[in-house]
Amino acid sequence: MSASELVFKSASELATLIRDKQVSSAEVTRAHLDRMAEVEGAIHAFLHVNEGAVDAAKAVDAKIASGEKISELAGVPVAIKDILCTVDMPSTAASRILEGWIPPYDATVVARSREAGLVPLGKTNLDEFAMGSSTEFSAYGPSRNPWDTDRIPGGSGGGSAAAVAAFEAPIAFGSDTGGSIRQPAAVTGSVGFKPTYGGASRFGAIALASSLDQVGPVSRNVLDAALFHDVFTGYDAKDSTSLNYNWPSMAEAARLGAKEGSLKGLRIGVVKELNGEGFQPGVKALFNELVELATAAGAEIVEVSAPHFDYATAAYYLILPAEASSNLAKYDAVRFGLRVAPNEAATIEEVMSATREAGFGPEVKRRIILGTYALSAGYYDAYYGSAQQVRTLIQRDFENAFAKADVLISPAAPTTAFKIGERVNDPMAMYLNDITTIPANMAGIPAGSIPMGLADEDGLPVGVQIMAGIKKDDLMYKVAATLEALLAEKHGGSVLDKAPRSYALKGGAK
Amino acid sequence: MKDKLMDFDKALELFEPVIGLEVHVELNTKTKMFSAAPNIFGAEPNTAISEVCIGLPGSLPVVNGKAVEYSISLGLALGCKIAEHSSFARKNYFYPDLGKNYQISQYDEPIAYDGEVEVELADGEIWNIPIERAHMEEDAGKLTHVGGATGRIQGAEYSLVDYNRAGVPLVEIVTRPIFGTEGKAGEVASAYVQTIRDMVLALGISDARMERGNLRCDANVSLRPRGSEKLGTRTETKNVNSFRSIERAVRYEIQRQAAILASGGNIIQETRHWHEDTSTTSAGRPKSDAEDYRYFPEPDLLPIQPSAELVEKLRAELPEAPAKHRRRLKESWGFTDLEFRDVVNAGVIPQIEATVALGTSPAQARKWWTSEILRLANERGVEAEELVTPAQVTDLDAQVASGAITDKIARTVLVKMIDSGKSAAEIIESEGLAVVSDDSALEAAIDQALAENPDVLEKLREGKLQAAGAIIGSVMKAMAGKADAAKVRELLMAKVSE
Amino acid sequence: MSEITPETISHLANLARIALTEEEKELLATQLDAILDAVAKVGEVTTPDVPRTSHPVPLVNVFRNDEEVHTLDREAALGNAPDSDGTRFRVPAILGEE
Ligand SMILES: [Mg+2]
Ligand SMILES: [Zn+2]
Repeated sequence: MSASELVFKSASELATLIRDKQVSSAEVTRAHLDRMAEVEGAIHAFLHVNEGAVDAAKAVDAKIASGEKISELAGVPVAIKDILCTVDMPSTAASRILEGWIPPYDATVVARSREAGLVPLGKTNLDEFAMGSSTEFSAYGPSRNPWDTDRIPGGSGGGSAAAVAAFEAPIAFGSDTGGSIRQPAAVTGSVGFKPTYGGASRFGAIALASSLDQVGPVSRNVLDAALFHDVFTGYDAKDSTSLNYNWPSMAEAARLGAKEGSLKGLRIGVVKELNGEGFQPGVKALFNELVELATAAGAEIVEVSAPHFDYATAAYYLILPAEASSNLAKYDAVRFGLRVAPNEAATIEEVMSATREAGFGPEVKRRIILGTYALSAGYYDAYYGSAQQVRTLIQRDFENAFAKADVLISPAAPTTAFKIGERVNDPMAMYLNDITTIPANMAGIPAGSIPMGLADEDGLPVGVQIMAGIKKDDLMYKVAATLEALLAEKHGGSVLDKAPRSYALKGGAK
Repeated sequence: MKDKLMDFDKALELFEPVIGLEVHVELNTKTKMFSAAPNIFGAEPNTAISEVCIGLPGSLPVVNGKAVEYSISLGLALGCKIAEHSSFARKNYFYPDLGKNYQISQYDEPIAYDGEVEVELADGEIWNIPIERAHMEEDAGKLTHVGGATGRIQGAEYSLVDYNRAGVPLVEIVTRPIFGTEGKAGEVASAYVQTIRDMVLALGISDARMERGNLRCDANVSLRPRGSEKLGTRTETKNVNSFRSIERAVRYEIQRQAAILASGGNIIQETRHWHEDTSTTSAGRPKSDAEDYRYFPEPDLLPIQPSAELVEKLRAELPEAPAKHRRRLKESWGFTDLEFRDVVNAGVIPQIEATVALGTSPAQARKWWTSEILRLANERGVEAEELVTPAQVTDLDAQVASGAITDKIARTVLVKMIDSGKSAAEIIESEGLAVVSDDSALEAAIDQALAENPDVLEKLREGKLQAAGAIIGSVMKAMAGKADAAKVRELLMAKVSE
Repeated sequence: MSEITPETISHLANLARIALTEEEKELLATQLDAILDAVAKVGEVTTPDVPRTSHPVPLVNVFRNDEEVHTLDREAALGNAPDSDGTRFRVPAILGEE
């Protein structure tokens, strides 16, 4: 097999080849670095390329040669969303304020992936501090959708999704606060899951909104995501909100689901509020086809209503900015990061203000100001307090829904990938892009997106969201794997098989 | 600018003082409130920090369980109810000593609330101080202002930040307004803080050293015209770091505010800083409406719901309340009011208690700690307990009780014990300080003295007993003080009656 | 209907320590106004009896043992700082001239 073909293999295939010594991790890693060199000009998925990648791969090869059993994914390259701290690479959250910052620790999830023999390829692009749905708010220029480089790859984790969909990495780390794994997966035809809140450690993940953030896997198929999930999730004493729970293997659940070929006995809930107005016709059509497919495979389809989902986006855009305004206060030019002095005699207060003005982009400033307002004395009860109550109501909606259905499904995003520049100056239009994904974060439940086809009107990928109850991540993976198999059978292959593999250079990075 | 002050008595004639106290207690846990970095005093700058203390991106707080237990114990000692559900909140404000630019504190759900502390003044008067709440929080780092003439914040060129203290566990104890203290406002405030100190020392949860900032008091003072129901505008005096200063700071604010109010002025609600050197306060930050801390529940931490078993276990382990404890000691030691007040003022109750426990009589223990040791401590500018241990005092006093040395020699031995760290016996032995108990040597010295003062014997025989003093004095001198004066008198009188 | 003026934005920007330009304030006043109008709908469905949720997955009493685990190397900490004197972080004067 030629080196260039390696990049089109899945993570589990690569792992098998490496384990069977048909190819070395170093070769696989080099193939991906070559691919990055070839397509990055058009895609711009990465903010930083790991110079130590090949050495790290060789170290894994040496361990494998000595017979050491590392993990099922040993030797496989991985892309890391630049919201995660890495000791050997700058960790910037795509912000000017953290340009060049190298943390003294790895995020727990990154440390675990290294221990498992995964090879970091580099850091992927995102909207600054993960605030956005398009990567257009990255301080280092947007990433581009491999299906059409004039379009956004989703956000905030557009870099990770684009890297995977452009065959630059078989798997990638994402983080999901209101859909930042699932929406990019949907619009790039890739796969992404957000674990139950507390399933993956947040230690070393640069905080956006602490009560919503969750790290998860991005990949090209469900099994790869599940294998990767097993590598980095699990209890971490450094994160108080981490769940001390004996998680079953997600890979096992995914394998079981893929083998099953039937959904008999499964109650699938279709959320009425997540399939209505504002959804692109091609998205609705594919979703309806999927429901038919599931019915044909034996699933019992139940319509569930979640009346408070209509308030989820409003509550989210109060809770997130409030937490973020506080989490981002630490960027003050004292202990790390950028310092800008407006003049020589400036006081620390003036230096802090000038640094934050220069170091933060427009969306970050917008949300900090919004969050500051929402928490202010006099407005707290009407805004933040009410938003927390809505959160309770959304949780109750989910409880009721999961009493009737084992899993819930909906389109993962209301539309296919929009054009770069189309919504960047219209915050409300950008925010409404997250209506399908936000409820899961508000309730902490696991949710993922897998591709379900290409929209008729524009030929762009569309994702289906699968949601399960708290700690039911294994059920989510199992159902996702079954649906993936059914879809592949119906379409004669996966959505990504149809993805372009070379890209015209357009404009390049901003 | 010098403040105008009104005469204290005059101020009280016109106004009623209302005080409120906020005491911050640093807990002496091994590690910090939210991180596993060491909680130590005096380390090299920025060597006792973790990523949490300096708020690095991606860092997360984790609550120190020991600090929670200490806080519950303190809450119980303050007579508070322990909250069944308590939570942390973020207090948001920018300041360079705050690594995250928010302080993790407690807001609407403190760990302890609704208490009362019995405080005894030096004259025995009892005050019950109402406690509103006690909550957990983290300390900030330390700023040093460089440049400018005074080292103060004004005029400084730049500041240096040491985050060693950032994240040290604190309990903030807030009283309700205290009414009716009148001329004793300062005394009550000071006695209250001393009671908190005794309490946390007895609990063993804080080193409680004010000079190190382990115990810090902010004193709120307001005045209202006689007969008025409405509370006046208050000021909050910070940076008061001795018991004496608390008393003085409260009196100062009463006099300063009275002068302003009497001349038709208004009190500005502000923070004031106490200056130890000049015994005055100066204006700090005004508490303007721009101060908006934007409290909200700390999303990185979870609520605390202490089990009833834990609370009851901690309650059962509580030491006796300070005021009650004092009353019991006074009674069992048999001290007069005056003697006990000396002990209280000297601040050596724990030392006397320990010394008595080791077998020294209460009277002797009091004598040592309130006179000689206290004098040496003042002379050397240290705390009495830093000079000697109760065990050393017991050792020394035993030598006096057995007659091995005299009282006077004992004082010399004490200084040598302090300076060398040797035992009393070692010093007595090596320096030959033991009492001369050989009668013949004493008799020889008496004969020698009588020979030098031929008229004394006659005077004594005539009953003029005061003449003995000169002979005893010269014998003691000849023996270099190592004689028992009573024994010398006894031998002398035997000669008189010969 | 919320009424966000550039003055409101100035006050918030001061609290948040961001030296916004006048143009930014104007733009943010308009945008924040629209956003607040949209998010204010959270008030429509809440009644006093609905508890507030701060954490998606309810947990309580998560504590750490009082044991020292690690400290951060001072050189590493100061090495990332904009300015230091080798032992402490250095910051410009805290208050302006009086
Ligand atoms: Mg206070
Ligand atoms: Zn405090």
